Order: sequence, then C-alpha cells, then structure tokens
Amino acid sequence: MPETDARNRQVQGLDALELQPGKSVGDRGAAGIAGRIWAATWPKAVAVVIVLAAWQALVWSGWRTEYVFPGPDRVLPALLNEVTDPAFWSAVQVTMRRAFVGFALALAVGVVVGLAVSQFRPLRSAIGSLVTGLQTMPSIVWFPFAMLLYGISESAIMFVIILGAAPSIAGGLTSGIDYVSPSLLRAGQVMGLRGVQRYSLLIVPAALPMFVTGLKQGWAFAWRSLMAGELLVIINQENSIGWALSQARQLNDADRLLSYIIIVLVIGIMIDVFFNWADRSLRRRWGIAPS
Amino acid sequence: MTTITETRTGTNALEIDDISKVFGHGGGAVTAIDGMTVTVGTGEFLAIVGASGCGKSTLLSLVAGLEEPTTGAVDVGGHRVAMMFQEAALFPWLTVGANIEIPMKVNRVPKAERRKRVIELLDLVRLSGFERKRPHELSGGMRQRVALARALAQDADVLLMDEPFGALDAMTRDILHDELERIWRERSLTILFVTHNVREAVRLGDRVVLLSSRPGRVIKEFPVEGERPRRIDSALIAGQAAAITDRLREEVSRHA
Repeated sequence: MPETDARNRQVQGLDALELQPGKSVGDRGAAGIAGRIWAATWPKAVAVVIVLAAWQALVWSGWRTEYVFPGPDRVLPALLNEVTDPAFWSAVQVTMRRAFVGFALALAVGVVVGLAVSQFRPLRSAIGSLVTGLQTMPSIVWFPFAMLLYGISESAIMFVIILGAAPSIAGGLTSGIDYVSPSLLRAGQVMGLRGVQRYSLLIVPAALPMFVTGLKQGWAFAWRSLMAGELLVIINQENSIGWALSQARQLNDADRLLSYIIIVLVIGIMIDVFFNWADRSLRRRWGIAPS
Repeated sequence: MTTITETRTGTNALEIDDISKVFGHGGGAVTAIDGMTVTVGTGEFLAIVGASGCGKSTLLSLVAGLEEPTTGAVDVGGHRVAMMFQEAALFPWLTVGANIEIPMKVNRVPKAERRKRVIELLDLVRLSGFERKRPHELSGGMRQRVALARALAQDADVLLMDEPFGALDAMTRDILHDELERIWRERSLTILFVTHNVREAVRLGDRVVLLSSRPGRVIKEFPVEGERPRRIDSALIAGQAAAITDRLREEVSRHA
C-alpha cells in the first residue's frame, strides 16, 4: 500500500532526525584504545612524580633526620623488599580477609535494616535518625566497648566494622528505595507488578545506583575501622597490615612504616577504582552520565 | 484500509455509572468527581477534554482499578485494561525489548513467546531493530511508542491514555496521531483518551466528552464528524474544535 509506505517513511525519517547523529561506539581501533589508556594514565603518572619529588625535596630540606623521615630513595626499595616477601602477602591476606568478611557482614546487616526501615513507617521515625547519627560517629570510639564485649579478638574488629559500615549501606538502600521515581512506580502498578516481582523487576534495580553509592561509603568506613582495629586490637601477634605498622613503629623502622602506609593507600585506591567503575557503568546504562 | 470501523457495536467495553470520588474527610474533603456517567462502546475511540481540576487523571485511575470510587461503579466487563501516561515511564535500566517484556513476565508468558511478541510489537510501532537500545537513546516520540508497545504487551483491549502526547512537539504529535489511529484499528482497541488539547480530541475521537472542573462532571458530549484519517489542520476539525473550545472557556470563566 503506497499510503502505508509513505507513513512508514515519515515515521522513520522523523526518528532518524531526532536521534543524535552517530556517536558510534565499538569502531575504535587498537590505536584508539591505546590512546585512551594513555590519556587516562598520564595525569596519574604525573601526580605520582610530583608527590615523589615533593617528598624527596622535603627530606633534602632537612626538616627531620632521615632516620625518622626517609625519602623515596630508601622507602621504595624497602617497599620492593616487602612485596617480594611471602610474610608480607600473608599479612595482606589476613587484612583483606577481615575486610571482606567484615564488609559482607555489614552488607547483610545494612540490607536487612535498610529494608526494614523503608518498609515500616514507625520504624523509620524510630530508628531512621539513629542510623544517620551512627553514620557520623567516628567508629574508633566503639573499640574500647568492643574489646570489653569480645576481648582481644577478631570479633571485636568485626563488631566495629559492622557499626561503621552498616549505617551507610542501610542509608543508601533506604534512600534508593525512597527516591524511586513515582512515575515508574505508577507504571509498575498499572502493569500489575506485585509482591516479589515488584521488588525484583522494579524497586531493587531502580534503587541500585544509590545503593552502590551507599556501598562505596560503607566500604570507606569499613576500611578505616579495620585499620584502626588492627592497630588497637593485636591478636596473638597475628601478622596483618596493622600489626606490621605497629611493629615497624616499635622497631623505629621508618622505611617499613612508610612502605606499609603506601600499601594501605594503594589498596584503598584499587577498591575505589572498582566502585567507581561499578557506579559509572550503572549510570551509563541508565543514561544519566555521558558515556 | 477498507474496513470502516463501527463506532458503536452495541455492547459497551466500559461503563462508568454515576461515580463520585472524594479525597479526604470532613472539612478538608475535596470532591474530584461528582456523579459522572460515561459509557465507551467496544472498539470506540472516546476522547475526554477538560480544564485543570476536571478529575481526568482520577477518572483513569478509577477505571484502571488503582483506586475505588466513593460512590457509583466502574464496569470494565472483563476487559483487560492498560494505561499510558504523559511520560513514557520506561525502566531506564532495561533495554527497549526488556521493557516490553515486563508485562508478559507478570502474565507468565514463556520466554520464547515473549521474544516473538517483542519483535512483533516493535514492528507494529515501527521500531524494528531498536530492541537492544536503551530508553535514553531514543527521542520522546519513540519512547512513547515503546510505552504503547509495552501497554499492548499486557494483552489489553482497553487502553487508557492520560495526555500521552502532551510533552511532544507538534510534528511528532501529528505523526503519532496517525500511528495511534492505525494501531487502534489494526488491534480493534477501545481507547479512552484524556487530553487538554481540544483539537487533538476532535482529531482522534469518535466522540468528545467535555468535563467541568472542581468537581468533574460531564458537561456535554460531542459526536465528531469527518471520515478517518482526519487531518488536525482541516477546516472540519477546526470548526468542531472551536465549538467545544467555546464551551470549555465558558466553563473556565465560571471559576474566575
């Protein structure tokens, strides 16, 4: 039918005009990818060089003796030395295991509390502000109490990690659920989304971006609580990053001390990169960030 | 298109019988709808116009079963009812295809069947090949067509539309009028279409029902003349729209 054909052309022409002219993804060559990696890497490399230079300059200025404040020329070899030592890796392993177990527990508690608070109005007014209050509390103040409760044990550390991280996770989840767009909720209602499906197909995915933000913040609190915990709660001389730090201080081994500080920084950055990646790919899917 | 759709086949798809809707209690109570009776024939395209506060969104919520009328009854006679809004309200985390699948997931349609029907529905709204796109990659008009496909995926034969083209530019709106009219015929749908735009109502409706504001009541029904497909810029549409607009303005000035 010519009439139908003409209509079809009108509709398709309009669609073609309204779509932004082809930002075609995926046809980047190997050179393009290399260029992108270079563009992302060089500012960071420059930043590292600047920090190292400033550090070395401070050492050369004679602000402190090299004995307590060594320069990168001494710390970097010490760091390399540590990294090649199996004892170092077992320390990192112990710390990371605690971090992940603690974070997983905080995640479980945070999700349960967050869901409960978002479901039951009275609960929200009762403990909603308490959750916010906990978020602002420096978690280190819990350690004396945790050590009374659990003794010098890993449980004390876990207790503090949960108290530090769970409120952020719960907060992220409740605000994620609170801010699901009313028009999406109405669309879901009209389509007959009910019960479990309402959650699995609508609420949970809609709340995800804010939940990830909560997770990221929760991780930062968990990591801080863990480092504080490992410095304060030294369990049977068990090797860990915190233990290595306090050992290095007791032995006045500034080279080692600084190399462990660098390790803590690097781990923090790596996890942050992971969360940022998750955050960005979510936002890209949603179309709320430039791809 | 040789078949002329009969506008009234005798049976009614939808009977709205003397309904009222009051929000709140006591002194703060607001009557959104007061004694409204509307019937929509099977296969009819009924347009409803009114100024702000005529309770048209409330009316659609009552018909969709999202709310209960305070008095009176809505009878949809076992028809399945779908609804579209001014915003497409597609789920931004899903592809176009997955969005259209949602109502079929609710109805437990098997996966292979869902895939097949997504392709077919996208073809119907002339969006073949856009299955894997995300809503933010589409224009407003295209999103509304996806929303239409999603509504049809509910297997509904009664479609409620709440100013679905209100946010679109004039040219896109004109083209979507043609598209909606075509799909209404092809699918033998019954449509209850609410709008502020009198010309749009006359362009699309078999009848136009004019509502009063605060509270919403039926002022008058206008049968629409002119063979389909009508053109929104034709003299016939303009003349009928003028008569309705005059009546609407009269109603609006009453609230001054």
